[in-house]
Amino acid sequence: MTTQALDAALWAWGRGTGIAALALFTLSLLLGILGRSGRSWRLFGRVGVSDLHRTAALTGTGLVAAHVGTLLLDPYAQLKLVDLLFPFLAAYRPLWLGLGTLAMDLLALVTAVSVLRGRLGPRVFRSVHWATYAMWPVALVHALGSGTDAGTTWFRGFAVVCVVVVASAGLWRLAPSYAGRGWARVPRRTT
Amino acid sequence: MTRAVAPMTAPRTPVRRVLDPTPGGSGPVPDLSLSSLLAAVEASGLSGRGGAGFPTSIKVRAVAEGRRRPVVVANAMEGEPLSYKDAVLLARNPALVLDGLEIVGRAVRCRRCILAVHEESLDDAATGALEVALRGRQVELARLGGGFVAGQETALVNQLNGRAPLPGDQFRRVTEVGVDGRPTLVLNAETLAHLALVARHGATWFRSAGLADDPGTSLFTITGSVRRPGVVEAPRGSRLADVIESAVPVQPQAVLVGGYHGGWVPARDLDVRLTRPDLVPYRAAVGAGVLHVLGADVCPLDFAEQVAAYLAAESARQCGPCVNGLPQLASTLHRLASCERDHALPAELDRVARVVSGRGACAHPDGAARFVGSTLDVFHEHVDEHLRGRCPHDLGVRR
Amino acid sequence: MSTRLHIDWTRCDGHGSCVELLPDVLTADDHGFPLPLSRERDPRVPARHAEAARHAVRSCPVMALRLVRDA
Repeated sequence: MTTQALDAALWAWGRGTGIAALALFTLSLLLGILGRSGRSWRLFGRVGVSDLHRTAALTGTGLVAAHVGTLLLDPYAQLKLVDLLFPFLAAYRPLWLGLGTLAMDLLALVTAVSVLRGRLGPRVFRSVHWATYAMWPVALVHALGSGTDAGTTWFRGFAVVCVVVVASAGLWRLAPSYAGRGWARVPRRTT
Repeated sequence: MTRAVAPMTAPRTPVRRVLDPTPGGSGPVPDLSLSSLLAAVEASGLSGRGGAGFPTSIKVRAVAEGRRRPVVVANAMEGEPLSYKDAVLLARNPALVLDGLEIVGRAVRCRRCILAVHEESLDDAATGALEVALRGRQVELARLGGGFVAGQETALVNQLNGRAPLPGDQFRRVTEVGVDGRPTLVLNAETLAHLALVARHGATWFRSAGLADDPGTSLFTITGSVRRPGVVEAPRGSRLADVIESAVPVQPQAVLVGGYHGGWVPARDLDVRLTRPDLVPYRAAVGAGVLHVLGADVCPLDFAEQVAAYLAAESARQCGPCVNGLPQLASTLHRLASCERDHALPAELDRVARVVSGRGACAHPDGAARFVGSTLDVFHEHVDEHLRGRCPHDLGVRR
Repeated sequence: MSTRLHIDWTRCDGHGSCVELLPDVLTADDHGFPLPLSRERDPRVPARHAEAARHAVRSCPVMALRLVRDA
């Protein structure tokens, strides 16, 4: 394979994995809200929703690793290892890429705490998990700003779909009818 | 329902062990090794006087076997509004409770010894007396807050650890991880008083009162329709009628044995012995010695409804079945007390009572269920009248 | 020796995954909280449901479940 072709392939892989990751995190966020609602969904039930939520998130995490790994190899991206941890230091589109670093840092934190939640307990897990609500929009803006597909119709369409999905789910999350997990209950004291 | 205050005219108490201010000569606090203490307590057969009636030696042994030095807590929180035996004990004989606490503390090599009291149960005079009794002792006085459930073992430990006075999951036993993360021994104040006497006078002496399988004496708080409410001391296994006699009951309809988590003994059965097996048919247990006499002029369902509402309000609200179920019990009981002619009410009460039992971090819902069940059982004739739309106590007045 | 399912009621928020996974052991009460069919406090989990029980413990969003070995 020629260097040019290889570079093009890496760039395509880099963008592709990133976009796929965003799609999966959008799905995971939606499923997270569906799961938190405590409602049972035909076909999946509650367990199916929570299993799929985790699988989508883990797959998305894997895709982010592939995304970053590919871009480290791609000369066009000019990505250095330091950029993986510290945002806004990159050579290429530092602002937008910095958001990607930020999103990835948040992802690493959420993932680590999830894996260790047996030791850390449900309260630490829950408070750190709130960071996913920050991670998602940061990742989206990163994609819109640093991805070269951002101008294309299909990507814009995809971004709009993601935003609509997250916004609707988010609105439902805030609605009073969402509470009590769908049951008529006296609210518990939760610390 | 506010905290009860110990009245001035108390009934005459036939036996005086822990209530006697100078029990057989107060000298230096006996210094017992762990094995001596365990031997003495086991031989005495002393069991807890805080409600659960757990064998004291087992608890002491459990906490002494840990690697870390334990914390010993004397529990005088007394969350039950109908009980003030521990308050009276601390007012009359604080030295004995503190002796017991020190004896246990030394034997288990405790890191801290704490006397836990509810801040509302101590007026200035009592606090002063307690502070005098505490002088020279390595005992901390913890003045705590909280409601009905605050005296529960895990709730007490949580509060001593600076958290809210709410029960915790009992999977992690406080004898393993408690105050400051250390194995913690929580003993009722009265239990410690008896223990101090056992250390001084021996197991044989202790067993000279009471029964073979439930030896010694214990304190009873007598309230309700009596001329002389107050705290008496009586041998374990005494007849209920004998224990309440000196309080001079007035037209008793029934006696609530065990407080708001207890069960009713009807007037015709007042000669029942206050032992575990004898009280089983009444769904009652001696518990912390609460004996509340219901007078003939009180509608038992009115009383029960108020108790149920109180218990619902005192839920820690952490556990779904309790926070949902107890208000259901209270409102259904209210309907029954209001003479609503719905014959499904008793069955509904029974159903909810069964569903809340065993489903919570502590025994609060179980106690409420037991109380409601006993009320329906013992007063079933009264319940039938209510279901016909009239209360026998109202003499024709419509509710 | 048997395996029992212990519910930490101070955590349980009646999400319902456990009831879905262990229909022979748990049902939902009127408010969506798990109710052991055997009415035991910590219901026994039969060996054939051991995997489902482990899945339930993992799936509980508030980590209210644990499996305990009874001696």
